[in-house]
Amino acid sequence: MTGKKEKENIQSAMKERIDYDELLNCTRCGFCLPSCPTYIETGKNEVHSPRGRIALMKGLVDGEIEPSEEVKQSINMCLGCRACEPVCPSGVRFGHLLEQARDALHQHEKKSVPKKTIRNLVFNQLFPHQNRMIRLTGLLGFYQRSGLRNTAKRLGIMKLLPDTLEMMEKVLPSVPTKREMQQRPRHLLPINRSTKKVAFFAGCLMDTVFRQTNEATTKLLQYAGCEIVIPETQGCCGALHGHSGEVNNAKEMAKRNIEAFEAADVDYIITNAGGCGAFLVDYGHLLRGEPEWQERAKAFSRKIKDVTSVLMDAGFDQLPLQVKERVVTYQDSCHLRNVQRIFMEPRKLLQSIEGVRYVEMKDAGRCCGSAGIYNITESEMSMQILDYKMKQTKQTRAKTVVTANPGCLLQMKLGIEREGLFDQVEAVHIADFLLEAYENGQKHAEDNERNSTEEFHVGKTGKITH
Amino acid sequence: MLTEKARDQLASIAGQENMKTDTASLLAYSYDSTSQYQAMPDAVVSPATTNEVASIVQVCNNENIPIVPRGSGTNLCAGTTPLEGGIVLLFNRMDQIIEVDEENLTIRTQPGVFTKDINKVAEEVGLFYPPDPGSMHISQIGGNISENSGGLRGLKYGVTRDYILGLEIVLPNGKIIRTGGKLAKDVAGYDLTRLYVGSEGTLGIVTEATLKLIPQPETKKTMLALYRDLESAAETVSAIIANRIIPATLEFLDQATVRVVEDFAQIGLPTDAQAVLLIEQDGASEVVARDMERIAVLCKENNAFKVTVAESKQQADALTSARRTALSALSRLKPTTILEDATVPRSEIAKMVRAINDIAVKYEVSICTFGHAGDGNLHPTCLTDIRNKDEITRVEKAFEEIFHKAVELGGTITGEHGVGAMKLPHLHLKAGEAGIEAMRSIKAALDPNGIMNPGKVFTQAERNRVVVNK
Repeated sequence: MTGKKEKENIQSAMKERIDYDELLNCTRCGFCLPSCPTYIETGKNEVHSPRGRIALMKGLVDGEIEPSEEVKQSINMCLGCRACEPVCPSGVRFGHLLEQARDALHQHEKKSVPKKTIRNLVFNQLFPHQNRMIRLTGLLGFYQRSGLRNTAKRLGIMKLLPDTLEMMEKVLPSVPTKREMQQRPRHLLPINRSTKKVAFFAGCLMDTVFRQTNEATTKLLQYAGCEIVIPETQGCCGALHGHSGEVNNAKEMAKRNIEAFEAADVDYIITNAGGCGAFLVDYGHLLRGEPEWQERAKAFSRKIKDVTSVLMDAGFDQLPLQVKERVVTYQDSCHLRNVQRIFMEPRKLLQSIEGVRYVEMKDAGRCCGSAGIYNITESEMSMQILDYKMKQTKQTRAKTVVTANPGCLLQMKLGIEREGLFDQVEAVHIADFLLEAYENGQKHAEDNERNSTEEFHVGKTGKITH
Repeated sequence: MLTEKARDQLASIAGQENMKTDTASLLAYSYDSTSQYQAMPDAVVSPATTNEVASIVQVCNNENIPIVPRGSGTNLCAGTTPLEGGIVLLFNRMDQIIEVDEENLTIRTQPGVFTKDINKVAEEVGLFYPPDPGSMHISQIGGNISENSGGLRGLKYGVTRDYILGLEIVLPNGKIIRTGGKLAKDVAGYDLTRLYVGSEGTLGIVTEATLKLIPQPETKKTMLALYRDLESAAETVSAIIANRIIPATLEFLDQATVRVVEDFAQIGLPTDAQAVLLIEQDGASEVVARDMERIAVLCKENNAFKVTVAESKQQADALTSARRTALSALSRLKPTTILEDATVPRSEIAKMVRAINDIAVKYEVSICTFGHAGDGNLHPTCLTDIRNKDEITRVEKAFEEIFHKAVELGGTITGEHGVGAMKLPHLHLKAGEAGIEAMRSIKAALDPNGIMNPGKVFTQAERNRVVVNK
């Protein structure tokens, strides 16, 4: 229950932090409603819609309502997918309002000791420190490789975890060794031709647990003619913190990243995780209260570009790309689509691959329910949303589901696992898939060339004999 | 406040989980799309069947509890704001299309179905449900019926009223009646169907409707005509109608509106024109081709400096859906947008547009105008800030004068948005005191306890309005 003092604190924090003009921008036209996954999944409950959430925030600021459990639940249940933003004719930046509201709620909410401990561990002790991420991922690798995993499975230890976590453990990729992570190369040269110099935003989880995808990404960029620098002092983008009401932490991480990339002096900073990219392009907003950082943040944000967008610019879709024939579908990353507005590029790239029969999934732009740590904190709603997503996936009859963000990737793998489809359907990150297609395409082209050269030789020899 | 007895009764009818009384729910159903109006209900109830609705109404009638039936809350007349508390009745559990009858060309539907789904289902069998209010993607058909919603196609195809063949209604005393049917002709007694369409939830609750469908038009073409001044555009509208051409859509947008819409939709709208007409014609392809040609000539004769025809269906759809966002997009310019929908006979459009501009200058307020010029239904929209009390007073005065002007030109105070609470003070301009008296008698006969959506259309007795002005 929410105590009186706590209520007052939340109320004054709301007043202080929420951008009132932005609240007033909402004309309550309701155009956002059909785009909101929680509105739909709750049987059209206005409390769980963007318009309703804005009304609740305004009610809190105006002092018309108190931060009751139901009000908090409404704010917490939001996926933060921001699908309401592109459809909002008034241009309300709902994502910002949500961050401000969560910030006000979480800073003053009395949390249980375990919840506090976990939050402290994750937000303060782990993600801001890449070396600790490496160590933890190293442990995970040890667990995966040493046979401990099998033992744990045999003993049924995993059964002690909540269902979602237990499944999550199954679908995690095989992670690199600690040494591989520590010896990350910092400068890569283009292969074949040179077009531009870029920096790569490696991310925290992406550079540890999803290291393989990061490597695929840099390779693709190299093939596309990019010289790549990977600044060592960069770290986690801070999205997880920003979205969970840990704004001060997020700001520190933003500053560190801005500094790290300023030194690199590049045209673009490439990301391969929709969630990170969307947060990086918003650094200007994050640091709005700090004038000395404003210009630097904006300059940084202007350089952010998703890998699919760079590849399209480089004409990657014109190269010979090939995979074994199959149906492929694409699940949008919400933040890549709704914030960075990138949705045609991945589709065009996929459609340019020989062997891909691309089938668009119904509501591909609707959130899969991963949403950062949402699938753990709001697992019931997350699984309900995932069930809908899997229904649509199955209808495409796709063998490969392509995603553009690590959270989405894990969630789709989880969905496949839950449906018992692991031997029929795979979920992959677009970078891994494109690399496979490129290397296959190259091999095929070489084979063709060799064949035609051989024919040519035969012909020539024939002629000579003649 | 609900008595404990009433609360228990309502919960036992709809089920505890379908009756909400927590503050979050009450606040989330305290408003609709109308700015300046907000009031908390005492409960939010979601029945699943007509019988449940009837039982709920009986409880409310016995206990004198106001009932506000609400679809998606997208109306623009404060029609679903629970000004006097009571229960907000939702139809989220009555959201099925019951039947598509391809022999009689009808659809039978529950009230909670989205309008666009009705359109879609009809289209799938080669049929057409023409009413397309601006909010059709989210509005519910029950709300459309209660508000008699219009849309972009009113000029040629009429409005919701013209497509309602029959209704199932729960009366304020809890009895269930059925009116009309799958019939083109039916004169058995008073036309209650027409009475209930547009009654704004003040006479009872629509729980099912039979809608008329028509064959899908063969083709459609979309055109934009650009003008250097507002009046030439308005005169073109009159010229098109005077030349006996009835386009499917004939929309008017002024420069400010075009600019914000383009800012949102980014489809290459001409932001340099002072006024734009968006014109659509549908039907047999030779007729469409001929009409579009004649319309283009008329546009040029009336000083359009450019006339372009959309090249593809996608391009055409982009234009009309961009137009739908006009009202909300205008709110980008100022914190508060207040719009009205004064409507005049088509022939008077040019005069009305001129009058609106003069009135805006007179009261020093900023008014953008767009709307369904073809059917005389304009949407003068005032850009303001509700925190600026002085300006709001001037806005109210300006609108009052606009209403007077519209009625003077043979028009009405509202073409399609409804009276609700918002235009209640102006209803007498159009209906006259005797007219309101007649409406009051109907209301008193059907709803003697005044439980149905109180404070809308007209007040039962003179009482102060409960308006949250924040």
